[in-house]
Amino acid sequence: MTDVVVTGIGVVAPNGWGVAEYWDATLAGRSGLGPLTRFDSTGYRAHVAGEVNFTPEEHLPGRLLPQTDHMTRLALVAAEEALADAGADPTTMPDFSAGVVTAASAGGFEFGQKELQALWSKGPAYVSAYQSFAWFYPVNTGQISIRHGMRGPGSALVAEQAGGLDALAKARRHVREGTALMLAGAVDGSLCPWSWLCLSRSGTVSPRRDPQRAFLPFDADASGGVPGEGGALLVLETPDGAAERGQHRHYGRIAGYAATFDPRPGSGRPPGLRRAIDTALADAGIGPSDVDVVFADASGVAEQDRAEAEVLGAVFGPRGVPVTAPKTMTGRLLAGGAPLDVAAALLSLRDGVIPPSVHIGRPAHPDLDLVRDRPRPARLGSALVLARGHGGFNSALVLTS
Amino acid sequence: MVGVDDGRRRVVVTGIGVVAPGEVGTKAFWELLTAGRTATRTISTFDPSPFRSRVAAECDFDPQAAGLTQRQIRQWDRTAQFAVVAAREALDDSGVSGVNDPIRTGVMAGTACGMTISLDREFAVVSDEGRKRLVDDAHGVPYLYDYFVPSSMATELAWLVEAEGPVGVVSTGCTSGIDVIAHACDLIRDDAADVMLAGASDAAISPITVACFDAIKATTPRNDEPESASRPFDLTRNGFALGEGAAMFVLEEREHAIRRGAHIYAEVTGYAGRCNSYSMTGLRVDGNEMAEAIRVALDRSRMNPEDVGYVNAHGSATKQNDRHETAAFKKSLGDHAYRVPVSSIKSMIGHSLGAVCALEFAASALAIEHSVVPPTANLHVPDPECDLDYVPLVAREQRVRTVLSVASGFGGFQSAIVLAEPEWSRG
Repeated sequence: MTDVVVTGIGVVAPNGWGVAEYWDATLAGRSGLGPLTRFDSTGYRAHVAGEVNFTPEEHLPGRLLPQTDHMTRLALVAAEEALADAGADPTTMPDFSAGVVTAASAGGFEFGQKELQALWSKGPAYVSAYQSFAWFYPVNTGQISIRHGMRGPGSALVAEQAGGLDALAKARRHVREGTALMLAGAVDGSLCPWSWLCLSRSGTVSPRRDPQRAFLPFDADASGGVPGEGGALLVLETPDGAAERGQHRHYGRIAGYAATFDPRPGSGRPPGLRRAIDTALADAGIGPSDVDVVFADASGVAEQDRAEAEVLGAVFGPRGVPVTAPKTMTGRLLAGGAPLDVAAALLSLRDGVIPPSVHIGRPAHPDLDLVRDRPRPARLGSALVLARGHGGFNSALVLTS
Repeated sequence: MVGVDDGRRRVVVTGIGVVAPGEVGTKAFWELLTAGRTATRTISTFDPSPFRSRVAAECDFDPQAAGLTQRQIRQWDRTAQFAVVAAREALDDSGVSGVNDPIRTGVMAGTACGMTISLDREFAVVSDEGRKRLVDDAHGVPYLYDYFVPSSMATELAWLVEAEGPVGVVSTGCTSGIDVIAHACDLIRDDAADVMLAGASDAAISPITVACFDAIKATTPRNDEPESASRPFDLTRNGFALGEGAAMFVLEEREHAIRRGAHIYAEVTGYAGRCNSYSMTGLRVDGNEMAEAIRVALDRSRMNPEDVGYVNAHGSATKQNDRHETAAFKKSLGDHAYRVPVSSIKSMIGHSLGAVCALEFAASALAIEHSVVPPTANLHVPDPECDLDYVPLVAREQRVRTVLSVASGFGGFQSAIVLAEPEWSRG
């Protein structure tokens, strides 16, 4: 199979704006979680979030502001950084040779709340002309494609928090079938009162008020996840294609991928995460002993953490591989979380260092070699990134240097 | 997606399930289309009087009669209900249930609007009809998160077909129905699955949807003639009629289907999607991106333009679309564009957003199956700028060996998919 490599990364995260700032913060163990400031959380079930606050006017043309949700603005910033990092300008490339695949979870919900409020409180005439697309699931794909002249394949996938890896795999497929450059991943999140209510009804969000105690995956005191916003977009190409336009540097290969689904609860059949890992490793042509680090899904819900820890133990053996969850510093970014983990994994491969998980004081799974509090230097040739989505989605992605 | 004769795995359609405007089920859908009847009417599910466009194509859907339990009816949004009911029909039709290996079975669901009706309704409840920005946690149904993420629909479908392979949602606005089938075909061709339950569902005839299309005058204001409100390619057209519905399919690796003796409706031979990188809602008049999608889809099908037997058009009945699309057909099919029958079933079932191109895919497969080209209803005064054979008013009995179906959507997405009769080969 044709090699597909990552030549550019763009990141917006609660603990860092741009790749350099995010990576510095992540290696230093600096968390971006804090009390929710977007609105008063009194009366709601959750109070801590990973926010990305910025002044959009400083980063985007004014005409885009009335038609974009907060998460779309973040996505446009990340897309710009990723393309610049790859040294790619799709408008100078042959027509139809660059495309976009993003993942979404719920679309531009904050924009949607504003328009629903206008509709119900004032009437249909007050609904924005932009509502028809500003909230919809592929909005980031469309806006990025328009801004950067990317007229090749375009799509959006939704699999709750697992969709970000599925988007990278779909983009890899487009590159293999001949599209020269794909921008893929996800920037997501929605921190408005209406989404906060929906999110808290998932039953997986921590009710704690202390930002250092709210999101503790693999900890005996785990109490759920913390919602955040942000994510990563990556530029995918073949090494030859990148070299042709003068780009000889890359972060690593998208070497393997698989997605599986859990059987209906009570069916007696085993869940699908193990099979996703096995199949992704087979796709990459490597075995468990070749994997140097695992970026865990780390849901923060005790039962799901246990299931993930057991699978990792079964595949890699007790303490058989270092495991980390830098998302303890960002919260769970809906579809954006897994691509951000892929970005972190690629930076780990580049720098030979595993970023830490933070705040985990009482590890609940002694068989898990969790990288905690301080980064761990290591010789890294490959990384496995895991993502699970509410409802039974499992995705696994293998990166090699 | 790569071509048909490249020695790789091939994908066929072995089951069809439909919830369409008018009576539910594939049979009623096909009867409506071939009779040239329309299902557009004055909106009945809420008071449409404050809106500019008050017409829509509604499904006569009785969830209880369709076999859903009280709990499912209470919990699932109408979009998910449509999807499950259509999926059950497709599974029964294919006879694949019980034969499929769960780990070699997947699900891909398409939708443009997800659980819009429930979100619209529940927002009104928790915000006290928009009076409160800080919505009230004491109100709203417990299923809000399932409405928040449309992937909840894929979960229900996966449980229905016992899928443990790749499962997800593809959402590309009004091209979702083609793109989701294409993605499912890719997964089969890539050997990630042998059987995929795939299709699309949208039930979005709700105040917020009607209001947002009112705001850009995309929908028809022909409120006094609801039955003939959707007039693709007609000079008097003035916007699309909103619709709703679902179509689900059993897609199967060809050898897998042949081995179990399944009835094969058609083979999916090629697909391509392109972005116009121009506008979130507008189309360039030249139709270049759609033409490119068509060319690539035909190329991957190893077909020449002359091999296309019927074009199932997007035909939304906006002036912008109808002219854009006509230009794209001429550009990609050359002289053959003037000879091949082209029709828009949106003239009869309206525009159900992400679901509609799955319904059009069903019509395309049924055109091959029954040797009938469905007509474009309400086409009495041809637009001189649209000068192809749009099969006005009356269905045509003729052998249909291959179909090109296209879609165009917000976000700039342009998609084309090609189906061929099971034994098709270039003569």
